[in-house]
Amino acid sequence: MMSEEIIKDVIVGENEDYIINMGPQHPSTHGVLRLEVCLKGETVKYLVPHIGYIHRGIEKMCEANTYQQIIHLTDRMDYLSAHINNEAVCMIVEDAMQVEVPERVKYIRTILDELNRIASHQLWWCAFGMDLGALTSFFYGLRDREHILDIFEESFGSRLLHSFLCPGGLMHDVHPNFQKRTKEFIKYFKTKLPEYDQLLTGNIIFQNRAIGIGHMSRETAIGYGVTGPSGRGSNFACDVRKIAPYGAYDKVQFNEILETGCDVFARYKVRMAEMWESMSIIEQLIDNIPEGDYTAKMKPIIKLPAGEYFRRVETARGELAVYVVSDGNKSPYRMKFRTPNFSNLFVMNEIASGYKIADLIAISGSLDLVIPDIDR
Amino acid sequence: MPEAVFPEGTQLLEVIVPARKLFSLAERLKSDPILAFDYLISQTAVDFTTKFTVVCHLDSVKFRHMLVLKTELTDRENPVVDSLTALYPTAEFFEREIFDLFGIRFNNHPNLKRLFLEDDYGFPLRKDFRDEINIIER
Repeated sequence: MMSEEIIKDVIVGENEDYIINMGPQHPSTHGVLRLEVCLKGETVKYLVPHIGYIHRGIEKMCEANTYQQIIHLTDRMDYLSAHINNEAVCMIVEDAMQVEVPERVKYIRTILDELNRIASHQLWWCAFGMDLGALTSFFYGLRDREHILDIFEESFGSRLLHSFLCPGGLMHDVHPNFQKRTKEFIKYFKTKLPEYDQLLTGNIIFQNRAIGIGHMSRETAIGYGVTGPSGRGSNFACDVRKIAPYGAYDKVQFNEILETGCDVFARYKVRMAEMWESMSIIEQLIDNIPEGDYTAKMKPIIKLPAGEYFRRVETARGELAVYVVSDGNKSPYRMKFRTPNFSNLFVMNEIASGYKIADLIAISGSLDLVIPDIDR
Repeated sequence: MPEAVFPEGTQLLEVIVPARKLFSLAERLKSDPILAFDYLISQTAVDFTTKFTVVCHLDSVKFRHMLVLKTELTDRENPVVDSLTALYPTAEFFEREIFDLFGIRFNNHPNLKRLFLEDDYGFPLRKDFRDEINIIER
Protein backbone atom coordinates (compact mmCIF):
# COMPACT_ATOMS: atom_id res chain seq x y z
CA MET A 1 0.00 0.00 0.00
CA MET A 2 2.75 2.37 1.10
CA SER A 3 4.95 1.65 -1.88
CA GLU A 4 2.10 2.16 -4.31
CA GLU A 5 1.58 5.62 -2.93
CA ILE A 6 5.24 6.41 -3.42
CA ILE A 7 5.12 5.22 -7.01
CA LYS A 8 2.03 7.31 -7.57
CA ASP A 9 3.84 10.27 -6.08
CA VAL A 10 6.69 9.87 -8.53
CA ILE A 11 4.27 10.03 -11.44
CA VAL A 12 2.33 12.85 -9.85
CA GLY A 13 5.64 14.65 -9.27
CA GLU A 14 5.64 15.49 -12.93
CA ASN A 15 3.75 18.63 -12.07
CA GLU A 16 6.24 19.72 -9.44
CA ASP A 17 9.12 22.06 -10.16
CA TYR A 18 12.32 20.32 -11.11
CA ILE A 19 15.14 22.61 -10.05
CA ILE A 20 18.78 22.19 -10.95
CA ASN A 21 21.77 24.38 -10.28
CA MET A 22 23.95 25.55 -13.10
CA GLY A 23 27.17 26.65 -11.51
CA PRO A 24 28.68 28.15 -9.33
CA GLN A 25 31.48 26.68 -11.43
CA HIS A 26 30.51 26.47 -15.05
CA PRO A 27 32.73 26.90 -18.11
CA SER A 28 30.28 29.15 -19.91
CA THR A 29 30.44 31.84 -17.23
CA HIS A 30 33.70 33.66 -16.67
CA GLY A 31 33.54 33.41 -12.93
CA VAL A 32 31.32 32.06 -10.24
CA LEU A 33 27.63 32.48 -10.95
CA ARG A 34 24.91 30.10 -9.81
CA LEU A 35 21.77 29.89 -11.90
CA GLU A 36 18.89 28.16 -10.16
CA VAL A 37 17.03 26.80 -13.18
CA CYS A 38 13.49 25.49 -12.92
CA LEU A 39 12.73 22.99 -15.66
CA LYS A 40 9.70 21.40 -17.21
CA GLY A 41 11.12 18.51 -19.17
CA GLU A 42 14.07 20.27 -20.76
CA THR A 43 12.29 23.61 -21.14
CA VAL A 44 13.29 26.41 -18.79
CA LYS A 45 10.32 27.67 -16.77
CA TYR A 46 12.22 30.37 -14.94
CA LEU A 47 15.66 30.93 -13.55
CA VAL A 48 17.04 32.81 -10.59
CA PRO A 49 20.63 34.08 -10.65
CA HIS A 50 22.50 33.88 -7.35
CA ILE A 51 25.52 36.15 -7.10
CA GLY A 52 27.89 37.34 -4.42
CA TYR A 53 30.43 34.51 -4.45
CA ILE A 54 33.26 36.91 -5.19
CA HIS A 55 31.87 40.14 -3.78
CA ARG A 56 34.88 42.11 -2.62
CA GLY A 57 33.25 45.37 -1.61
CA ILE A 58 35.16 47.53 -4.06
CA GLU A 59 32.82 50.46 -3.40
CA LYS A 60 33.60 50.27 0.31
CA MET A 61 37.32 49.94 -0.36
CA CYS A 62 37.20 53.09 -2.50
CA GLU A 63 36.11 55.09 0.52
CA ALA A 64 39.44 54.36 2.22
CA ASN A 65 41.73 54.78 -0.79
CA THR A 66 43.03 57.70 -2.82
CA TYR A 67 41.97 58.22 -6.42
CA GLN A 68 45.30 56.94 -7.71
CA GLN A 69 44.79 53.72 -5.76
CA ILE A 70 41.18 53.34 -6.90
CA ILE A 71 42.33 52.97 -10.50
CA HIS A 72 43.96 49.69 -9.56
CA LEU A 73 40.71 48.44 -8.03
CA THR A 74 38.71 49.15 -11.18
CA ASP A 75 40.93 46.77 -13.15
CA ARG A 76 39.49 43.98 -11.07
CA MET A 77 35.88 44.65 -11.98
CA ASP A 78 35.63 43.90 -15.67
CA TYR A 79 39.11 42.56 -16.19
CA LEU A 80 38.60 42.19 -19.93
CA SER A 81 37.97 45.93 -20.31
CA ALA A 82 40.51 46.92 -17.67
CA HIS A 83 41.80 49.87 -19.60
CA ILE A 84 38.35 51.34 -20.19
CA ASN A 85 37.48 51.05 -16.50
CA ASN A 86 40.67 52.92 -15.65
CA GLU A 87 39.72 55.64 -18.08
CA ALA A 88 36.34 56.18 -16.41
CA VAL A 89 37.95 56.96 -13.06
CA CYS A 90 40.66 59.11 -14.66
CA MET A 91 38.11 61.16 -16.54
CA ILE A 92 35.92 61.78 -13.52
CA VAL A 93 38.96 63.12 -11.64
CA GLU A 94 39.96 65.27 -14.61
CA ASP A 95 36.40 66.60 -14.92
CA ALA A 96 36.23 67.50 -11.27
CA MET A 97 39.62 69.19 -11.18
CA GLN A 98 39.06 70.80 -14.59
CA VAL A 99 42.31 69.48 -15.97
CA GLU A 100 42.73 69.56 -19.72
CA VAL A 101 44.62 66.45 -20.77
CA PRO A 102 47.03 66.70 -23.73
CA GLU A 103 45.80 65.64 -27.15
CA ARG A 104 48.42 62.92 -27.28
CA VAL A 105 46.91 61.30 -24.20
CA LYS A 106 43.42 61.37 -25.69
CA TYR A 107 44.59 59.69 -28.87
CA ILE A 108 46.57 57.00 -27.08
CA ARG A 109 43.73 56.32 -24.65
CA THR A 110 41.25 55.91 -27.47
CA ILE A 111 43.52 53.55 -29.38
CA LEU A 112 44.04 51.48 -26.25
CA ASP A 113 40.29 51.45 -25.61
CA GLU A 114 39.69 49.98 -29.01
CA LEU A 115 42.53 47.46 -28.76
CA ASN A 116 41.05 46.40 -25.45
CA ARG A 117 37.62 46.10 -27.02
CA ILE A 118 38.96 43.91 -29.83
CA ALA A 119 40.80 41.70 -27.35
CA SER A 120 37.65 41.36 -25.28
CA HIS A 121 35.47 40.51 -28.25
CA GLN A 122 38.05 37.97 -29.43
CA LEU A 123 37.93 36.21 -26.10
CA TRP A 124 34.14 36.34 -26.15
CA TRP A 125 34.11 34.89 -29.66
CA CYS A 126 36.38 31.98 -28.85
CA ALA A 127 34.57 31.15 -25.60
CA PHE A 128 31.16 31.49 -27.24
CA GLY A 129 32.15 29.13 -30.04
CA MET A 130 33.46 26.65 -27.51
CA ASP A 131 30.26 26.81 -25.45
CA LEU A 132 28.35 25.78 -28.54
CA GLY A 133 30.74 22.96 -29.38
CA ALA A 134 33.12 24.54 -31.90
CA LEU A 135 36.47 23.89 -30.25
CA THR A 136 38.54 25.33 -33.10
CA SER A 137 37.24 28.83 -32.46
CA PHE A 138 38.92 28.80 -29.06
CA PHE A 139 42.34 28.37 -30.62
CA TYR A 140 41.70 30.94 -33.35
CA GLY A 141 40.57 33.57 -30.89
CA LEU A 142 43.36 33.10 -28.38
CA ARG A 143 45.97 32.99 -31.16
CA ASP A 144 44.99 36.45 -32.37
CA ARG A 145 44.37 37.90 -28.92
CA GLU A 146 47.96 37.08 -28.07
CA HIS A 147 49.14 39.75 -30.52
CA ILE A 148 47.23 42.47 -28.68
CA LEU A 149 48.44 41.27 -25.29
CA ASP A 150 52.00 41.40 -26.60
CA ILE A 151 51.51 45.05 -27.57
CA PHE A 152 50.16 45.74 -24.08
CA GLU A 153 52.99 43.88 -22.43
CA GLU A 154 55.60 45.84 -24.32
CA SER A 155 54.11 49.18 -23.37
CA PHE A 156 52.72 48.59 -19.88
CA GLY A 157 54.58 45.56 -18.59
CA SER A 158 51.34 43.70 -17.95
CA ARG A 159 48.95 41.86 -20.17
CA LEU A 160 45.54 41.82 -18.51
CA LEU A 161 45.34 44.32 -15.64
CA HIS A 162 47.27 47.28 -16.95
CA SER A 163 46.58 50.20 -14.57
CA PHE A 164 48.41 52.19 -17.22
CA LEU A 165 46.42 55.39 -16.80
CA CYS A 166 46.70 57.90 -14.03
CA PRO A 167 44.60 61.00 -13.48
CA GLY A 168 45.81 63.58 -15.97
CA GLY A 169 47.40 61.23 -18.47
CA LEU A 170 49.43 58.07 -18.69
CA MET A 171 51.85 56.50 -16.21
CA HIS A 172 54.61 56.79 -18.79
CA ASP A 173 54.86 57.17 -22.53
CA VAL A 174 54.08 54.22 -24.78
CA HIS A 175 56.88 52.10 -26.15
CA PRO A 176 58.52 53.42 -29.36
CA ASN A 177 57.37 50.27 -31.15
CA PHE A 178 53.72 50.90 -30.23
CA GLN A 179 52.64 52.47 -33.50
CA LYS A 180 54.50 50.00 -35.67
CA ARG A 181 53.19 46.96 -33.85
CA THR A 182 49.63 48.20 -33.72
CA LYS A 183 49.67 48.76 -37.48
CA GLU A 184 51.12 45.30 -37.97
CA PHE A 185 48.38 43.85 -35.84
CA ILE A 186 45.61 45.61 -37.78
CA LYS A 187 47.08 44.35 -41.04
CA TYR A 188 47.32 40.84 -39.63
CA PHE A 189 43.88 40.77 -38.05
CA LYS A 190 42.21 42.00 -41.22
CA THR A 191 43.26 38.76 -42.87
CA LYS A 192 42.19 36.68 -39.86
CA LEU A 193 38.77 38.13 -39.09
CA PRO A 194 37.21 36.74 -42.29
CA GLU A 195 38.36 33.32 -41.07
CA TYR A 196 36.15 33.80 -38.02
CA ASP A 197 33.17 34.27 -40.30
CA GLN A 198 34.08 31.26 -42.39
CA LEU A 199 34.44 29.09 -39.33
CA LEU A 200 31.40 30.08 -37.31
CA THR A 201 29.12 32.75 -38.76
CA GLY A 202 28.10 30.84 -41.85
CA ASN A 203 28.10 27.46 -40.12
CA ILE A 204 24.60 25.99 -40.36
CA ILE A 205 24.91 24.08 -37.08
CA PHE A 206 25.88 27.27 -35.32
CA GLN A 207 23.13 29.27 -37.00
CA ASN A 208 20.50 26.74 -35.98
CA ARG A 209 21.55 27.18 -32.37
CA ALA A 210 21.66 30.98 -32.55
CA ILE A 211 18.91 32.29 -34.82
CA GLY A 212 15.58 32.87 -33.10
CA ILE A 213 16.93 31.96 -29.66
CA GLY A 214 16.75 34.25 -26.63
CA HIS A 215 14.43 36.90 -28.00
CA MET A 216 14.89 40.23 -26.22
CA SER A 217 12.62 43.00 -27.42
CA ARG A 218 13.77 46.61 -27.54
CA GLU A 219 11.44 47.51 -24.64
CA THR A 220 12.91 44.72 -22.52
CA ALA A 221 16.43 45.90 -23.30
CA ILE A 222 15.66 49.49 -22.29
CA GLY A 223 13.63 48.48 -19.24
CA TYR A 224 16.34 46.21 -17.88
CA GLY A 225 19.09 48.62 -18.92
CA VAL A 226 20.81 46.09 -21.17
CA THR A 227 23.56 48.07 -22.87
CA GLY A 228 26.54 47.37 -25.02
CA PRO A 229 26.47 44.87 -27.89
CA SER A 230 23.71 42.91 -26.14
CA GLY A 231 21.43 45.93 -26.14
CA ARG A 232 22.40 47.01 -29.65
CA GLY A 233 21.44 43.55 -30.91
CA SER A 234 17.90 44.58 -29.93
CA ASN A 235 18.09 47.89 -31.79
CA PHE A 236 18.64 49.92 -28.61
CA ALA A 237 21.01 52.76 -29.52
CA CYS A 238 23.09 52.96 -26.35
CA ASP A 239 26.65 53.59 -27.52
CA VAL A 240 28.13 56.16 -25.13
CA ARG A 241 30.90 56.84 -27.65
CA LYS A 242 28.18 58.35 -29.85
CA ILE A 243 25.90 59.85 -27.18
CA ALA A 244 28.59 61.66 -25.20
CA PRO A 245 31.93 61.39 -27.01
CA TYR A 246 35.02 61.35 -24.83
CA GLY A 247 38.73 60.96 -25.60
CA ALA A 248 39.28 61.23 -29.34
CA TYR A 249 35.97 59.71 -30.39
CA ASP A 250 34.71 63.05 -31.68
CA LYS A 251 37.58 63.10 -34.17
CA VAL A 252 36.87 59.79 -35.86
CA GLN A 253 34.18 58.46 -38.15
CA PHE A 254 32.54 55.27 -37.04
CA ASN A 255 29.13 53.66 -37.12
CA GLU A 256 27.09 52.52 -34.19
CA ILE A 257 26.25 48.92 -35.04
CA LEU A 258 22.56 48.18 -34.60
CA GLU A 259 20.79 44.92 -35.36
CA THR A 260 17.08 44.29 -35.33
CA GLY A 261 17.18 40.50 -34.92
CA CYS A 262 16.86 40.69 -31.09
CA ASP A 263 18.20 37.11 -30.80
CA VAL A 264 21.51 35.43 -29.99
CA PHE A 265 22.64 35.71 -33.59
CA ALA A 266 21.94 39.48 -33.69
CA ARG A 267 24.10 40.01 -30.61
CA TYR A 268 26.77 37.86 -32.24
CA LYS A 269 26.69 39.93 -35.42
CA VAL A 270 26.98 43.19 -33.49
CA ARG A 271 30.19 42.07 -31.84
CA MET A 272 31.68 40.79 -35.08
CA ALA A 273 30.92 44.10 -36.80
CA GLU A 274 32.28 46.06 -33.84
CA MET A 275 35.67 44.46 -34.31
CA TRP A 276 35.78 45.91 -37.83
CA GLU A 277 34.67 49.30 -36.53
CA SER A 278 37.32 49.25 -33.80
CA MET A 279 39.99 48.52 -36.37
CA SER A 280 38.76 51.39 -38.48
CA ILE A 281 38.92 53.75 -35.48
CA ILE A 282 42.48 52.67 -34.70
CA GLU A 283 43.51 53.15 -38.33
CA GLN A 284 42.20 56.70 -38.32
CA LEU A 285 44.13 57.59 -35.18
CA ILE A 286 47.35 55.61 -35.21
CA ASP A 287 49.17 57.75 -37.77
CA ASN A 288 48.00 61.04 -36.31
CA ILE A 289 49.11 60.74 -32.69
CA PRO A 290 50.31 64.26 -31.87
CA GLU A 291 53.64 64.83 -30.19
CA GLY A 292 53.59 66.24 -26.69
CA ASP A 293 53.48 65.39 -23.04
CA TYR A 294 52.12 62.09 -21.89
CA THR A 295 50.54 63.64 -18.84
CA ALA A 296 49.12 66.93 -17.68
CA LYS A 297 50.57 68.61 -14.62
CA MET A 298 48.85 67.18 -11.57
CA LYS A 299 49.35 67.74 -7.88
CA PRO A 300 50.77 64.71 -6.07
CA ILE A 301 47.78 64.62 -3.70
CA ILE A 302 44.48 64.72 -5.52
CA LYS A 303 41.53 66.18 -3.65
CA LEU A 304 38.31 66.61 -5.58
CA PRO A 305 36.28 69.72 -4.77
CA ALA A 306 33.21 68.88 -2.70
CA GLY A 307 30.32 67.91 -4.94
CA GLU A 308 28.90 65.13 -7.03
CA TYR A 309 30.30 63.88 -10.30
CA PHE A 310 28.98 61.46 -12.86
CA ARG A 311 30.70 59.96 -15.89
CA ARG A 312 29.74 57.32 -18.44
CA VAL A 313 32.02 55.32 -20.70
CA GLU A 314 31.43 52.48 -23.11
CA THR A 315 33.24 49.30 -22.11
CA ALA A 316 33.33 46.18 -24.26
CA ARG A 317 30.14 45.01 -22.52
CA GLY A 318 28.12 48.16 -22.18
CA GLU A 319 27.77 51.31 -20.25
CA LEU A 320 29.94 51.85 -17.19
CA ALA A 321 28.83 54.82 -15.13
CA VAL A 322 30.84 56.16 -12.21
CA TYR A 323 29.19 58.33 -9.58
CA VAL A 324 31.36 60.07 -7.02
CA VAL A 325 30.31 62.06 -4.00
CA SER A 326 33.27 64.02 -2.70
CA ASP A 327 33.54 65.95 0.55
CA GLY A 328 36.86 67.56 -0.40
CA ASN A 329 39.12 64.87 1.01
CA LYS A 330 41.68 62.80 -0.84
CA SER A 331 39.39 59.77 -0.93
CA PRO A 332 35.79 59.79 -2.13
CA TYR A 333 32.92 59.98 0.33
CA ARG A 334 30.95 57.54 -1.80
CA MET A 335 31.82 55.91 -5.07
CA LYS A 336 29.31 53.96 -7.10
CA PHE A 337 30.06 51.90 -10.17
CA ARG A 338 27.11 51.18 -12.40
CA THR A 339 28.56 48.20 -14.17
CA PRO A 340 27.14 46.90 -17.45
CA ASN A 341 27.12 43.23 -16.53
CA PHE A 342 25.03 43.82 -13.43
CA SER A 343 22.09 44.94 -15.55
CA ASN A 344 22.83 42.51 -18.36
CA LEU A 345 22.67 39.49 -16.05
CA PHE A 346 19.21 40.05 -14.65
CA VAL A 347 17.50 40.13 -18.01
CA MET A 348 18.35 36.46 -18.35
CA ASN A 349 15.19 35.20 -16.65
CA GLU A 350 13.14 37.25 -19.09
CA ILE A 351 14.88 36.06 -22.26
CA ALA A 352 15.68 32.43 -21.37
CA SER A 353 12.24 31.38 -20.11
CA GLY A 354 10.52 29.13 -22.60
CA TYR A 355 13.69 27.98 -24.33
CA LYS A 356 15.50 24.67 -23.91
CA ILE A 357 18.25 24.27 -21.32
CA ALA A 358 20.83 23.79 -24.09
CA ASP A 359 19.81 27.21 -25.42
CA LEU A 360 20.52 28.68 -22.00
CA ILE A 361 24.23 28.18 -22.70
CA ALA A 362 23.92 30.08 -25.96
CA ILE A 363 21.93 32.87 -24.28
CA SER A 364 24.32 33.35 -21.38
CA GLY A 365 27.21 33.24 -23.85
CA SER A 366 25.62 35.87 -26.03
CA LEU A 367 25.29 38.27 -23.06
CA ASP A 368 29.05 37.98 -22.54
CA LEU A 369 28.99 38.14 -18.75
CA VAL A 370 32.03 38.79 -16.61
CA ILE A 371 31.10 37.94 -13.05
CA PRO A 372 33.60 40.07 -11.07
CA ASP A 373 31.95 43.04 -12.75
CA ILE A 374 28.60 42.05 -11.25
CA ASP A 375 29.89 41.26 -7.78
CA ARG A 376 32.30 44.20 -7.53
CA MET B 1 5.01 69.68 -8.04
CA PRO B 2 5.48 72.29 -5.30
CA GLU B 3 7.63 70.22 -2.92
CA ALA B 4 10.36 69.61 -5.49
CA VAL B 5 13.69 71.38 -4.94
CA PHE B 6 16.16 72.13 -7.71
CA PRO B 7 19.65 72.62 -6.25
CA GLU B 8 21.95 74.89 -8.25
CA GLY B 9 25.52 74.47 -9.36
CA THR B 10 25.36 70.75 -9.99
CA GLN B 11 26.90 68.89 -12.92
CA LEU B 12 23.54 67.52 -14.09
CA LEU B 13 20.00 68.76 -13.56
CA GLU B 14 18.83 67.53 -10.18
CA VAL B 15 15.44 67.27 -8.51
CA ILE B 16 14.95 66.50 -4.82
CA VAL B 17 11.48 65.30 -3.86
CA PRO B 18 9.98 63.94 -0.63
CA ALA B 19 10.00 60.15 -0.41
CA ARG B 20 6.23 59.82 -0.72
CA LYS B 21 6.29 61.72 -4.04
CA LEU B 22 9.14 59.76 -5.65
CA PHE B 23 7.04 57.19 -7.42
CA SER B 24 4.42 59.58 -8.77
CA LEU B 25 7.08 61.95 -10.11
CA ALA B 26 9.01 59.11 -11.74
CA GLU B 27 5.78 57.90 -13.29
CA ARG B 28 5.14 61.32 -14.76
CA LEU B 29 8.73 61.68 -16.00
CA LYS B 30 8.45 58.37 -17.78
CA SER B 31 5.00 58.76 -19.33
CA ASP B 32 5.14 62.41 -20.38
CA PRO B 33 5.89 62.37 -24.13
CA ILE B 34 8.13 65.45 -24.07
CA LEU B 35 10.20 64.13 -21.14
CA ALA B 36 10.20 60.38 -21.86
CA PHE B 37 12.73 59.32 -19.22
CA ASP B 38 12.51 55.64 -20.06
CA TYR B 39 16.00 54.41 -19.19
CA LEU B 40 17.16 54.14 -15.57
CA ILE B 41 20.94 54.28 -15.78
CA SER B 42 21.64 53.68 -12.14
CA GLN B 43 20.04 53.84 -8.76
CA THR B 44 22.03 54.05 -5.60
CA ALA B 45 22.11 55.58 -2.15
CA VAL B 46 24.50 57.72 -0.14
CA ASP B 47 24.79 57.80 3.64
CA PHE B 48 25.25 61.39 4.86
CA THR B 49 25.11 60.21 8.53
CA THR B 50 22.13 62.50 9.25
CA LYS B 51 20.15 61.27 6.26
CA PHE B 52 20.16 58.77 3.44
CA THR B 53 19.85 60.05 -0.10
CA VAL B 54 18.49 57.72 -2.79
CA VAL B 55 19.87 58.82 -6.15
CA CYS B 56 18.39 57.78 -9.51
CA HIS B 57 20.06 58.72 -12.78
CA LEU B 58 17.49 58.84 -15.55
CA ASP B 59 18.08 59.11 -19.26
CA SER B 60 15.80 59.45 -22.24
CA VAL B 61 16.60 57.17 -25.16
CA LYS B 62 14.66 59.37 -27.57
CA PHE B 63 15.85 62.85 -26.55
CA ARG B 64 19.13 61.99 -24.81
CA HIS B 65 18.62 64.29 -21.85
CA MET B 66 19.52 63.30 -18.33
CA LEU B 67 18.04 63.98 -14.93
CA VAL B 68 19.08 63.09 -11.40
CA LEU B 69 16.14 62.24 -9.18
CA LYS B 70 16.84 62.30 -5.46
CA THR B 71 14.96 61.71 -2.30
CA GLU B 72 16.10 62.16 1.28
CA LEU B 73 15.29 59.80 4.12
CA THR B 74 15.89 61.11 7.63
CA ASP B 75 14.71 58.08 9.57
CA ARG B 76 17.89 56.09 10.23
CA GLU B 77 16.22 53.23 12.06
CA ASN B 78 13.63 52.41 9.45
CA PRO B 79 14.26 54.14 6.11
CA VAL B 80 11.51 53.34 3.62
CA VAL B 81 10.84 54.57 0.10
CA ASP B 82 8.62 53.42 -2.76
CA SER B 83 10.05 50.98 -5.25
CA LEU B 84 10.41 51.97 -8.90
CA THR B 85 10.27 48.36 -10.11
CA ALA B 86 6.84 48.81 -11.68
CA LEU B 87 8.28 51.50 -13.97
CA TYR B 88 11.80 50.21 -14.56
CA PRO B 89 12.35 46.44 -14.24
CA THR B 90 16.07 47.01 -13.68
CA ALA B 91 15.26 48.90 -10.47
CA GLU B 92 14.37 45.59 -8.83
CA PHE B 93 18.03 44.65 -8.66
CA PHE B 94 19.44 48.09 -7.95
CA GLU B 95 17.02 48.26 -5.03
CA ARG B 96 18.00 44.84 -3.77
CA GLU B 97 21.61 46.00 -3.83
CA ILE B 98 20.71 49.16 -1.91
CA PHE B 99 18.77 47.11 0.63
CA ASP B 100 21.74 44.77 0.96
CA LEU B 101 24.36 47.45 1.48
CA PHE B 102 22.39 50.26 3.18
CA GLY B 103 19.36 48.61 4.76
CA ILE B 104 16.88 50.90 3.02
CA ARG B 105 13.53 49.18 2.51
CA PHE B 106 11.38 49.57 -0.58
CA ASN B 107 7.59 49.46 -0.60
CA ASN B 108 5.89 47.31 -3.24
CA HIS B 109 9.12 45.53 -4.11
CA PRO B 110 8.41 42.06 -5.52
CA ASN B 111 11.37 40.29 -3.95
CA LEU B 112 13.27 42.30 -1.38
CA LYS B 113 16.06 39.95 -0.34
CA ARG B 114 19.75 40.51 0.16
CA LEU B 115 21.71 40.30 -3.05
CA PHE B 116 25.35 39.66 -2.15
CA LEU B 117 25.71 39.19 1.59
CA GLU B 118 24.35 36.90 4.26
CA ASP B 119 21.21 37.75 6.18
CA ASP B 120 22.95 38.47 9.50
CA TYR B 121 25.65 40.68 8.02
CA GLY B 122 25.39 44.41 8.80
CA PHE B 123 24.90 47.13 6.20
CA PRO B 124 28.49 47.77 5.08
CA LEU B 125 28.08 51.01 3.14
CA ARG B 126 26.60 52.80 6.15
CA LYS B 127 29.19 55.10 7.65
CA ASP B 128 28.71 53.69 11.15
CA PHE B 129 29.39 50.12 10.03
CA ARG B 130 32.21 48.45 11.94
CA ASP B 131 33.75 45.10 11.13
CA GLU B 132 36.74 44.46 13.39
CA ILE B 133 37.65 41.18 11.74
CA ASN B 134 37.68 42.02 8.06
CA ILE B 135 38.21 45.78 7.85
CA ILE B 136 41.32 47.33 9.33
CA GLU B 137 40.89 50.96 10.32
CA ARG B 138 43.72 53.27 9.44
